[in-house]
Amino acid sequence: MTVSKNPIAPERLLWEETIPGGGHWSGVLARGTSLRLVDLDGGANIAALFFNRDEKLERYNMPDTLKAQHTAHLTRGHVCYSDMGRVLCSITNDSLGWHDPLGMLSTAESCRKKYGERNYQEYRNDMIRSGRDGLLIELGKWGLGQRDLVAGVNFFSKVVADDSGRVQFVPNHSSAGAFVDLRFEMNVLVALSTAPHALDPNPRWEPKPVQLIAWRSDPPGEDDYCRNFRPENRRGFTNTERLFR
Amino acid sequence: MSTFNLVESKLDPARAVYDFTLPAGEPWLHEIKKGQVIRILDLEGNQAVDTLFYNARRPIERYSAQDTLAAQGSIYLTTGSALMSNEGKVMLTIVADTCGRHDTLGGACAAESNSVRYALDKKHMHSCRDSFLIALARWGEPYGLTKRDIAANINFFMNVPVTPAGGLSFADGVSAPGKYVEMRAEMDVLALISNCPQLNNPCNAYNPTPVRLLIWD
Repeated sequence: MTVSKNPIAPERLLWEETIPGGGHWSGVLARGTSLRLVDLDGGANIAALFFNRDEKLERYNMPDTLKAQHTAHLTRGHVCYSDMGRVLCSITNDSLGWHDPLGMLSTAESCRKKYGERNYQEYRNDMIRSGRDGLLIELGKWGLGQRDLVAGVNFFSKVVADDSGRVQFVPNHSSAGAFVDLRFEMNVLVALSTAPHALDPNPRWEPKPVQLIAWRSDPPGEDDYCRNFRPENRRGFTNTERLFR
Repeated sequence: MSTFNLVESKLDPARAVYDFTLPAGEPWLHEIKKGQVIRILDLEGNQAVDTLFYNARRPIERYSAQDTLAAQGSIYLTTGSALMSNEGKVMLTIVADTCGRHDTLGGACAAESNSVRYALDKKHMHSCRDSFLIALARWGEPYGLTKRDIAANINFFMNVPVTPAGGLSFADGVSAPGKYVEMRAEMDVLALISNCPQLNNPCNAYNPTPVRLLIWD
């Protein structure tokens, strides 16, 4: 599955933007819009947090997302649940089959240990900004902060657990052109960081860019794949649609 | 830490400075001083104990499941696990554990998530998040704690296996009557517990029961 075989109709396009590697971004994706994340060079990681824009106390809930769908990975059909039993966004298309929902983030300290010191004075815009710090900056723009920094999703990354619970980062999981589509079922504040995954063993700071493409999408019908992916998701969509009646 | 690191405690319950039995479905908020040891004892077996920790002096520092996971490289908690804060500091260390596996991915049950997971009309059953919220309404104000501060918790005695293929389930418990877990506080912490009232899955063996909470200096 490639981007070229899954084109977005030009008349539906809203905007596109590329976040450089190690960068951060935030914005609102309204109900009825979709966002494509494209790993341009391969090996990208993009940490994502989701909030209900209209009531930001309602936010993405990692445990509820995992246990409602009996999964420790995210792919097409899965949805991202808020703590209020509603669907913030649905994964409508995915070329990879696995995105990491365990929420780990690099921190200033973990980056210093792994990559060494790399400040602005010396490196200008190639300085190191950790995943945690990038997200804190974006949250700050919307009046949010550390209290709101919950476990999010690391798109394009794969972390597997063995039977004893030990987790391992799978290198070379995502190659150039990999993409994942998110359809927003609520008005959602999205915060993103393209810093490398906390468990990425690459000792060099080589963060990868991610392209964002937003478009106006069709509302999920009764036969929608994500709605019918699990009986839980049907109820999640019912809870969500009640909010907009 | 790997899983099932079974270590017994030498502490004598008769010498505990605090000894309280918390019925199922009840919340509990209590300060534990740096150096104190808290034991959670599963009196009747297979009881999930949903637990959050905050820095008692500066509660925006709180227990972080994802930082704990990143630091120990393993998803289950047992003896030796360092419970990390969202600021990368060790809040508590598990110093004894006769159960061997505790969950930190399953989160707390809530009215709203129950409506998704089981049926829309299960929304009105009692849940851990309700217990957390009533605890914060009663006792959270001096600490400035609100719903905003409720993040992914620990479920002591709960078994939520993750498979190499990326599956996750709520399985039968690995606990039994008399099993316990013990932690030493590495800073002054505030512990917020909901003794889980969930009746819809095997986390409590469909029969929520009391737990005993002991603290030693």
